[in-house]
Amino acid sequence: MAVKKFVVGNFYDEQVLFPAVKQVRKAGYKIHDVYTPFPIHGLDAAIGLRETSLHTAGFIYGITGTTVAFSFITWVFTTDWPLDIGGKPFFALPAWIPIMFELTVLFSAVGMTMTFCYLCQLMPFVRKDHFNPRSTDDTFVMAIECTDRTNEVEALNFLQSQGAQDVTIQYRETGWWLGTYDKEKKPFESNIQAIG
Amino acid sequence: MALRDQFVIPKRYTTISFALMAIGIISILVLFFTSGMKSDEYEQARFWASLLQNSIYFLLVVNAAMFFICATTLAWAGFQVAFKRVTEAISACVPVIGVISFIILMAIAFGGNHVIYHWSSDAIVKNDAILSHKAGFLNKPFFTIWTIITIAGWSWLGWKMRQLSRSIDDTPLTVEEGKRFIWKNTVWAAIYIVLFALTVMSSIPWLWIMSINAHWYSTMFSWYTFASTFVAGIALITLFVIFLKNNGYLEYTNREHIHDLGKFIFAFSIFWTYLWFAQFMLIWYANMPEETIYFKPRLQGAYRGLFWLNLIINFLAPLLLLMKRDPKRNYGTMTMMSVLILFGHWIDFYQMVFPGISVDKVPFMLFDFGIGLGFVGLIMFVTGRALTKAPLLARNHPFLKESIIHHT
Repeated sequence: MAVKKFVVGNFYDEQVLFPAVKQVRKAGYKIHDVYTPFPIHGLDAAIGLRETSLHTAGFIYGITGTTVAFSFITWVFTTDWPLDIGGKPFFALPAWIPIMFELTVLFSAVGMTMTFCYLCQLMPFVRKDHFNPRSTDDTFVMAIECTDRTNEVEALNFLQSQGAQDVTIQYRETGWWLGTYDKEKKPFESNIQAIG
Repeated sequence: MALRDQFVIPKRYTTISFALMAIGIISILVLFFTSGMKSDEYEQARFWASLLQNSIYFLLVVNAAMFFICATTLAWAGFQVAFKRVTEAISACVPVIGVISFIILMAIAFGGNHVIYHWSSDAIVKNDAILSHKAGFLNKPFFTIWTIITIAGWSWLGWKMRQLSRSIDDTPLTVEEGKRFIWKNTVWAAIYIVLFALTVMSSIPWLWIMSINAHWYSTMFSWYTFASTFVAGIALITLFVIFLKNNGYLEYTNREHIHDLGKFIFAFSIFWTYLWFAQFMLIWYANMPEETIYFKPRLQGAYRGLFWLNLIINFLAPLLLLMKRDPKRNYGTMTMMSVLILFGHWIDFYQMVFPGISVDKVPFMLFDFGIGLGFVGLIMFVTGRALTKAPLLARNHPFLKESIIHHT
C-alpha cells in the first residue's frame, strides 16, 4: 500500500471554510476531502466532488431483487410445484407484487449499505483513523493531498493564510487494512509533526 | 435590480384561457345536443356524467393546492414560501369551481335521471335491500347538506389562509410577532386539515363518485381519490411556477424548489399506485362477486385500454422518468411530466365515473376532453386574476430566508 502525504488544516468557522475551499482550489491544490461534524449544504459542490453513483447502484440492486423474486416465484408456482389456491391461476401476479416489492427493497437496501461501506472503505475490524479527531466534534478539517509537484511548506503556509488552525503534515496509507483501535500499534510509518 | 413583484397578465395568457373556456362551452353544448337532449336516460346520464367527472376532478385538484399549503404549514416546511403566492392563487379557484360542481351535483341528485345516482330515487331504494340499508348515508338531504358544508368550508378556510398570508405584506415582523404569526397559521391550517380529513380523505369521494356504483364499496376509495388529486395538484402548482419563472417572475424560486416539487410528484405517484394496488389486490384476492363487479368492466371489459393506460401514465411514466435527479431539476421535463400527470389522473377519474353509466362501451371521449380543457381555461383565468391581486413574494413571511437559501 502506498503512503500518501497530506497537509491538514483545521477550520473553526464555516464562514472561513467556504472561501478557503475556493482559494485552495484556485491555487491548484488537490483537496483530498473536508471532514465535518455535520453535513454542510453546498460543500460537496464547492469542493468539486462528483455526484455519487450510489443511487445508480441502488437501482441496479433493486431491479435485481425484483427479477429474482419474480423469476423464482414464477418458477415455483408454475413449473416446480403448482398449487391450486382458492381457484386462482397458477400465474397469480397480483399476489406476488408485495413480495417482489419487498425483495426489491431488501436487495437495494443491503446492496447499497455494502456498496457504501466499500466506497468509504468501512468494515467491521477495519481500522480508520482521523486526520484530526475534532472533525467529529466541532471543527472542519481540510486535507490537501500532496502530489510530486506540491511544495508542502508552501501549501502549509497557504492554508494557514486562509485561516486554518493547527496545520500539520500527515501521512496515511491508502487502501484497506485490518487492525484494532489500539493506540500503541501505529499501522504506518508515522512522521507527524505539529506546526503552528 | 428591482424585484418583479407584481404579476401582469400577458395578453396571450388571457386569449388562451378564453379560447380554452370557449372550447369547453362548445363541448358542453355539443354534448348537450347529442346526448343530453335525447329521451334515452342513459344518453342523458352520459352528458351529466361528463360534467360530473370534469367538475369534481378539477375541484379536487385546485383544492389540493390549499391542502399543500396547510400540510406544509403544519410540517413547518420552509421551502414552499418562495412560491407560496402561486399555490394560494390556485386555491382561489375553489369557490368558483365549487359553485359549478355544486350546481351539477344538485342537478344530478335532484333531477329526474337516476342512472348516475341510483340511490336518489325513492322507488329504486325501496325495492333494493342494499340501498335501503345504506339510506342512512346515501340520501338526498345528507348529500346536499354535506356538500354545502364541504364546499363552503373549503372556500372559507382557504380564504382565511390567504387573508392571513396577505395580512403581513406591509408590516415587517419582529421575532415575537413572527412566532405568533406562525402559530396562528398553524391553528387555521390544522382546522383546514381536519375538514379535509373528514371530506376529501373520507366522505366526499364516497358520496360524489363511489355512490355511482352504489352497491359496491371500498374503504380505500377516498384515499385513492385523494392521492390522485394531490399528485395532480402538485403538477398544477409546478406548471404555474415554471410558467411564472419563464416569464421572469419569482426570482427567488429556482431549480432547488422545482426539484422538491418533482420529488413530491414522484413520491405521490408511487403513493397513488400503492393505494390503487392495495384496493385492487384485496378485491382480486378475496374474489367476492359483489366486490369484483367494480373491476369487471375495467379490467376485462370495454375499459381495459383506459385501465392500463391509467397505470402506465400515472405509475410507470413518473417512476422511470422522474427517478433520477436531473429530470426533476429540468424545467422542460417537469413541464412535460406535469401535463402528462394532469391528463393521466383525468383518465383515472374518467374510468372511475364512466363504467357506472355505460358498461358495454367507452363513450366517445373527445368532448369530455373538451370540457376538461374548458375547466383548464377557467383555472388559468381565475388563477391569473388571483395572482395579480397580491405581490408574488410573501416578503415578510418568517420562513422566507429558509426558502431562498433552500438547497436539496
